This record gives sequence, C-alpha cells and structure tokens, in this order.
Amino acid sequence: MTTTTERPTTAATENRSSMKRSNRWVTVLFLGPAILYLALFFGYPVVKNVIMGFQQYDIATFFTGEAPWVGFANYTEVITGALFSKALLNTFLFTIGSIVGQFALGMALAVFFRRRFPLSGFLRSLILLPWLIPLIVSSAVWRWLLDTDGGALNRFLMGVGVVDQGIPWLTSTSLALISVIAVNIWIGIPFNTVILHGGLQGIPDELYEAGALDGATGWRAFRHITWPMLRPVVSVTLVLGVVYTLKVLDIILGLTQAGPANATQTLTTQSYQLSFQSFDFGQGAAVSNILIVISLVFAVIYLRANRRAVDE
Amino acid sequence: MQHKRTVSRRTVTAAGLLAPLGLAACGNTGVSSDPNVLRVLDSYSNDPDNGIIGAALEAAAQQVGVTLERVSVSGGSLIQRVLQQGSSGTLPDILMLDNPDLQQIASTTALKPLGPLGVPTDGYAQGVLDAGTYEGEVYGLAPTVNTIALFYDVKALDAAGVTPPTTWDELREAAATLTTGGRYGFSFCANATYENTWQFLPFFWTNGGSERNLDTPEAAQALELLTDMVADGTASRSVLNWTQADVKDQFISGKAAMMINGPWQLPEMTGIDGLEYGIVTLPVRDPATQVSVAPLGGEVWAIPSTGNAEKEAKAAEVLTAFLSDDSSLSMGEQRYTVPGKPALREEYLQRRPDMETFTDLIVDARARTAELGPEWPAAAKSIYTAVQLALSGQATPAEALAEAEEYR
Repeated sequence: MTTTTERPTTAATENRSSMKRSNRWVTVLFLGPAILYLALFFGYPVVKNVIMGFQQYDIATFFTGEAPWVGFANYTEVITGALFSKALLNTFLFTIGSIVGQFALGMALAVFFRRRFPLSGFLRSLILLPWLIPLIVSSAVWRWLLDTDGGALNRFLMGVGVVDQGIPWLTSTSLALISVIAVNIWIGIPFNTVILHGGLQGIPDELYEAGALDGATGWRAFRHITWPMLRPVVSVTLVLGVVYTLKVLDIILGLTQAGPANATQTLTTQSYQLSFQSFDFGQGAAVSNILIVISLVFAVIYLRANRRAVDE
Repeated sequence: MQHKRTVSRRTVTAAGLLAPLGLAACGNTGVSSDPNVLRVLDSYSNDPDNGIIGAALEAAAQQVGVTLERVSVSGGSLIQRVLQQGSSGTLPDILMLDNPDLQQIASTTALKPLGPLGVPTDGYAQGVLDAGTYEGEVYGLAPTVNTIALFYDVKALDAAGVTPPTTWDELREAAATLTTGGRYGFSFCANATYENTWQFLPFFWTNGGSERNLDTPEAAQALELLTDMVADGTASRSVLNWTQADVKDQFISGKAAMMINGPWQLPEMTGIDGLEYGIVTLPVRDPATQVSVAPLGGEVWAIPSTGNAEKEAKAAEVLTAFLSDDSSLSMGEQRYTVPGKPALREEYLQRRPDMETFTDLIVDARARTAELGPEWPAAAKSIYTAVQLALSGQATPAEALAEAEEYR
C-alpha cells in the first residue's frame, strides 16, 4: 500500500503496528467485494465443475441429491470414447483456422481503414455488422445461404457458371468444418479489426514519416514499424481470440448441429450434448474441464508474453 | 388465465430483486400452500397449442374446483426447468413431458404412479401405455398422440402417372419418376438430432431392426433404402441438415413431391393455394410379411411427487378430467393429434376425416422407450449418427451401423 508514511519518531513503534492493523482492515474492505464477487461467480462454478467431473452426476442427482464419487471414470470414459479424438482434432482445426482467418482479414481491414477516405467512417461501422447480429440469427441466415439446393451462394456460383451442381457446404463431411470455420471468421472479423485498428491509432505518424525518409514505405513500413509497434495489441487479440473461439457453441449448433456424422463436433459441442442431451453432467463437466485446461494454457502463454513485453 | 399474468409479472420482479439473496434460501419460496391452487408446467409455449391446452386444463380445473397457475416454457428448456425445480423441491403439481423423456424422469422417483392416485389407465393404445410405464407402474398418460406418414403431392403424382407407393421398390421408382429439374421425388429429415432417428424408425422397425443391437442386416437394409435415394439424387443431400419443419417447407414450395412428416404440420399446410396433398402409410419392403410400424409421438402428463398428498389428489382429479374422452377428442380435433384411446376412433374421424391414416397407425404405434426405457436416448443418438454416416457417404450402411454402436 502506498499510504504507509515514514515517522522518524521514537515512540512510533506501537503507533506503527496499530496503523498496520488498520491498514490491513482497509485492505480487506477494499478487496472484500472483489474477492466475494470472484469467489461467487468464478470460483464456485469452476470448483463445482471440477468436482462434478469426478462424480456420477445425472438426472437422478437433481432429485435425490446423490452424486457418487467415481474418480477418473468420467475422464477415461470420455477420452477413450470414439468421439473424443475427432472432437479434439476438430477443436484445434476450428480454432487455428478461425484465428488465422480472422486475424489476417482483421489486420488487412484495420490497415486499410487507417487511411482516411470518403465514407471510411461509415464503412468502418458497417464492418461491425456481424458483431451486432445475434449469433442465432446469423447462423440461421448462413444455414440458408449455404444450403446445397436453394442456397444463395450455390445459386450464385451456378448462375455465374463456376459450378454446375450445388456444392454441399454444410452436408459434406469434408466441407462442413471448413464452412463453419468460414462463418466463424466472418463473425470474428469485427472484433479483430476494432482492436487492431485501435492499436494502429496509437502508433505515432512521425515514425512512418521518419521511416519514409529512410525508404521504408508500403510493405517495409508494415514489417519494420507497424508490426513491432503493434505486438502487444496483437498478442491480446490472439489470446482473446483463441479463448473465444475454443468455446464457440451456438454457431456450430445453429449451422450443423455438430453434424453431418460428427464432422463439426468440437469439445464444446460434445460437452454440451453430454450435459444437456444425454444428461450425463459428470462426463459433460469432464470434457469442459479439459477445455478449461486448454484455455488456461493459452492464458498462461499470454501472461508470460505480456510480462516479457513489460520487462522489455 | 387472467390470474397467471398478474402473478407472473410480480413474481418475475420479485425474483429479479431477490435473486442474489435467494441463493442461500431457496426452499419452498413461491409455492402456495392453498390446496386449491395447483401449479402446471408444460412446453406448449406457442399458439395455437398454448391456447388449446390452456382451455382444456382450465375446463378440467373448473370441474374439480381448483385454480391453476400454468407456466409454459419452450420445448428445449423443459427438461432443464424440471431438473432445476427437482433440485430445489419446487416441482409443479402437474407436469407435461415429451414421451421419450418420461421413463428417465420416472426413474429418479420424481413422479407419482398414476394408478394408485385414481387416474384411470385403461383403454389406451399399447404404445401410449408403454411410453408412460416405468417398472410396471404407469407414470404418464397422453390425451392425444401423433406419428409420421408419407405425404404426397396429388397433382405431381397425377401428372407423372404415379400412384402412392406402398413398397420400398415402388417408393424408389416413384421418387425417380417424380424427380425433375427443380424438384426432388422424396424428402425426409436426417439432421444430427433425434428428429432424424424418429423419421428413420418406421423403416428400421418395419424391417426388423432392433434398438438393442443396431448392427444387423435388417437395419442395414433399411438404411440402404434412404442412402440409395440420396446417392441417386432422388432425395436431396440437404436432408442431412434439414429439420422436419424444413422438410415441410420444401414440400409446400413444390421442391419435393413426397415427404415424411407428421400431423402437427397440417395447420401450416392448410389454406395454401394450389397445394393438394394426400397422406398414406409409409411403404414396407415386403408387403406379404410386413406391416408398417409407426413410432409413437406426443406428450404425456404426469404428477410429480411434491410431498403434499392433498394437492397430489387434486392434481389426479384434474388430470382425470383433462384425459377424459370429451377433452381428448376436443384437443385432438383442434390440434390435429389422435386421441390415445383407440375406442374414440370413429367419433374422432367424424370430426377429423383427414386424420384417418394417422389414426389407424396409432393403434399399433411403438413407443421409442418401450424396449430400452431410460437407455433410449443413447441408442437414439447412435441411430442418427449411423444415418448421417451412411447418407454422407462416410461409410456403407452396414459399416455405419457398426461404427455407430461404438458411439453409444
């Protein structure tokens, strides 16, 4: 605490200790609400979820209150299950694909909107559109756009003559994941653009002017000025993006219900289906705990990267 | 139900204000102790069903002389609401459940057997009783039920000179003949949900498939029928992502000449210009030895064990009146659903002659939970996974069924 002040008197020892005590009270009073809030709304659910993962927690539990302890049985059952490896792989493909796409396009748009041109403000706010539409609505619209027979995209492609038969965007086991990733990229672009654009605004123009004098323009200016200056913002964007993407549920359920034949099944959808369709809350919690650990790994990477950036 | 509106708004406000405080003190808050006020929970949240069921409940309550506080939630959140109420000891006095969920809920001791409470359980079709029975006791009964059948576009079939198919071969041929540039011959729902399982069951069961073991030649044969039609393009590949409502939309807009669907779509299909449809039983592979088996659908009503004997007795009386012949007939007529008691057939068909196919199917319709009880959902998931694997070309029908067994 910064309130401690030096008292160079001799009779100060007692005084100081009582001050310390009252300081501690002040500390507790200040921290109390925050700790209470964290414990209630973050600590309790996480602890409950971890415990649930070790219990046989099903429909009966809600009525009898009994949830027998089963050790790691939920985890072994889930991990050795036929679906887990597929869901895990899909989770990684979905996350990496979404992040790469969102970030690359978001960055391109952010750099583009750094210039001022007529209607740039209007167009920039238009970019936010995917963010403003409820996910349920946008996934329903995309499901319709991507329909094999009557979908607008296929009609357009057939009209132009690129293909002569509808492409099964959401009904082919090899294309469905790609389509779902594409829709998720569309949804994630506004977030990336806004954050990166904010970061770009913070880079002083003088740097570019100085760079231009030394011959660094265009791509070289981006490589040697923009990118290094933007690094802290980039790391925030990426880590938040990863965490947000890992937990995507509504888009997948809205587009494909995790089908066809589990082609778009991720750990999130698997956890949801286990808990709320099969009502095996124990196994559902086990999967979501695995997911939490994966998110945590990224959070730690972020914190370490951030600390390094601060140290520098 | 004027009563409901005033109460609910005040309750919501109070709940919102008290939510943080209420965490520690859930208990029995909000449950009236007046034995003449009964709470009802169902999932008829949309009209016209909401109004029809509400009126039938109200009429039953008036006969018994009690007041009802009814809450209707959306279908998807019903079970979650029931679990939440179960854990806080606030289950309603009368509860509606989708019939495949009944046994699972009954297995938790959350429900009261209806027989000992005096609710008549005789006269129902076997499928209705199977769905409502857990370990020998009847826990749920349905005033009206439904199933699925084959809808066909009368004009399209006439124009192509095709009669409604009765065998699988005829179905294949008819679908092929009826498939033109902008129209598929046949349409059904095969998405990654229980709806898919529900629509596959008639073929699966009729041909001798069993939910105990999916990996049989009979089941593979049934799956092959659907797989072939998607593969040869007489049914759209999009069936993999269509809900039953989407299938109906395809049919209405003339993009499918035949479809599998149920009577709950009829209200939306009447009064559409130029739409003329017929309904027949789903085809069988070999008419000499097989009869089409229909899956039983519909919602059952149950009495949760609330620990208040007086209220449970009143709830039983209300349910008895609600399930009475007149009440069932009136609901069946208005909602295009078939009364659960076969004896009401004639009277019902006089009121709803267009429901004849469905009414005939109900007599021998099979409950999804009849064989496996609370284990059914796991099997249902395997079945839709198998259908998706085969239809998407990931595996042959036989391989798909074998693989799906692993997902159980």
